[in-house]
Amino acid sequence: MLEKRTLPTDFTEMLPRVSEFRRFRRVFFSRRLVVFGLIVILALIVTAIFAPFIAPYNPYKMDLSRKLLQPCREHILGTDSLGRDTLSRVIYGTRTSLMVSVIAIGIAGSIGMTMGLLAGYFGGITNMVIMRFTDALMSFPMILLAMVVAAVLGGGLKNVIIALGVGMIAPYCRLMCGQVLSVKENDYITAGRAIGASNLRMMLGHILPNCFPPLIVLLTLMMGTVILAEASLSFLGIGITPLTAAWGSMVNDGYKYLLTHLMLSFAPGLAIMLVVFAFNMVGDGLRDALDPRLRGTL
Amino acid sequence: MSVLLSVNNLKTWFKTDRGLVRAVDGVSYYISEREIIGLVGESGCGKSVSQLSVLQLIPTPPGEIVSGEVIFDGHDLLKFPANGPEMRSVRGGKIAMIFQEPMTSLNPVLTIGRQLTEMLELHLNMDSEAARERAIELLNLVGIPEAASRIDDYPHQFSGGMRQRVMIAMALSCNPKILIADEPTTAVDVTTQAQLLELMKDMVVRFNTSLIIVTHNLGVVARYAQRIYVMYAGRIVESGITKDIFGNPRHPYTIGLLACVPRLDEPRGRKLVPIVGLPPNLINMPPTCAFLPRCPYRIERCQQEPWPELRLIDGQHYTSCHVDTREK
Repeated sequence: MLEKRTLPTDFTEMLPRVSEFRRFRRVFFSRRLVVFGLIVILALIVTAIFAPFIAPYNPYKMDLSRKLLQPCREHILGTDSLGRDTLSRVIYGTRTSLMVSVIAIGIAGSIGMTMGLLAGYFGGITNMVIMRFTDALMSFPMILLAMVVAAVLGGGLKNVIIALGVGMIAPYCRLMCGQVLSVKENDYITAGRAIGASNLRMMLGHILPNCFPPLIVLLTLMMGTVILAEASLSFLGIGITPLTAAWGSMVNDGYKYLLTHLMLSFAPGLAIMLVVFAFNMVGDGLRDALDPRLRGTL
Repeated sequence: MSVLLSVNNLKTWFKTDRGLVRAVDGVSYYISEREIIGLVGESGCGKSVSQLSVLQLIPTPPGEIVSGEVIFDGHDLLKFPANGPEMRSVRGGKIAMIFQEPMTSLNPVLTIGRQLTEMLELHLNMDSEAARERAIELLNLVGIPEAASRIDDYPHQFSGGMRQRVMIAMALSCNPKILIADEPTTAVDVTTQAQLLELMKDMVVRFNTSLIIVTHNLGVVARYAQRIYVMYAGRIVESGITKDIFGNPRHPYTIGLLACVPRLDEPRGRKLVPIVGLPPNLINMPPTCAFLPRCPYRIERCQQEPWPELRLIDGQHYTSCHVDTREK
């Protein structure tokens, strides 16, 4: 046995510290389109919160004596067939869009991710049942599924949210399940079980945090899709009732006057396009920043 | 010294598409308090599986603990449900395990502090502040410099050797009775290996823990273990105190193993003697001795009779061979 025995502390073993956050920031902000998207989204959120202060008129106040005005000084984007100010309605429309998409994604994300987590973690029969259910959901196009649900439940804000939420469960469930299946095979999961962690603790404390990056990306990318889907439903007339200021129904309202009053459809349409584009750009930027393997792709 | 853990006739089989794999096929061993034992064998002989079976960490399916008992603290651990509270309190709390790959055995998204305190909170019901203090203390103990500031680091900021130190700290954090080290030094370089083994030995002495070293490195067990079990193809073929195994090996496999270790004090030019042939395929094995095809000592009797049970030859020295290998 060796006589000289000290606890070896080898300082050369220490690695230089790298800040994950700084690296993330550098990649994320290095693309102008992503920054642009982020600014649009922030502006959208601010607009939604402060809509009553920004909008020049009450979006619900009808004034039939001033209907179908062309853009002018008082009404920058003109008025619609009931004499409501288009700009104010577009501004209030951000509220509807954001609320619908955030809540719908929240519903879809929480249900889908829970299902995926359970399916991936327990495997076997649980996995089979959940995945076949997901397959059934996925066999319909999302918008069609949402249309069926909306048609059954009827229109209105709440039902549109439920319809879109249900329609989007499948992709989250799929992605989560795949993530869990790959994370589960890691040594640190066996190690975690070897320290005596329960199933619940393993799922929430050890597996879930490892699955996040792709889910965050999907969450962001889906925001754009949901806003578009909500607008489509509203445009088709089975979504949000025309009374509420929503972009989709505004486009629908306006297209009857497309040749004479372009702004009625064009303004909300442009808003939809801009926001969807912004969310897609930010989602893409997040993916690049979070996943080193995809760096450099658009 | 009283017996702390005794494993009797443990059988863990895997049902695969190609047939039944008897990864562990009737293994028995015991460990006493404050003892260090070694479990030696080549890759795939069932060393790790036998250890994972003790804690019921075998993925089922395809694996299944077919029979046997693991007596610890007066209870048969295999009688407890695999994820029940009794089993969970044993894992980590009373029997801790260190894994082979330090690079992948720590959760990459949790700080090492969190992973250490989680264990303390789980088993010792510490509140988060006390647990954090204890965690820093433990990191200091295993020789992590600037432990107080490094506790909030993530595993990727540590090198392999440092991570294995963290694993040792984690394993010992709840004062387990037994520490199972499953090839703890395979993935780190030789100088770090020596440091880690010394550290582990210091720690088990300090904490009065028994240590099971699972390894294919004969040098490691020769130096640290008091008793050695040699495994081959899912069974223990020879066991005894370290001096007997190295000085007077009796099973042909052990003899072969020792013959193929290079030594510095030998005349130059001596050729290493390898064990001829390949390890057996564990699927659908014949009932005869699994070492038979490679055995230079084989006799007629080996072909006709099933694999012999371990028999006592002297003192604590057991072997499972018909042949008295000293005669040749």
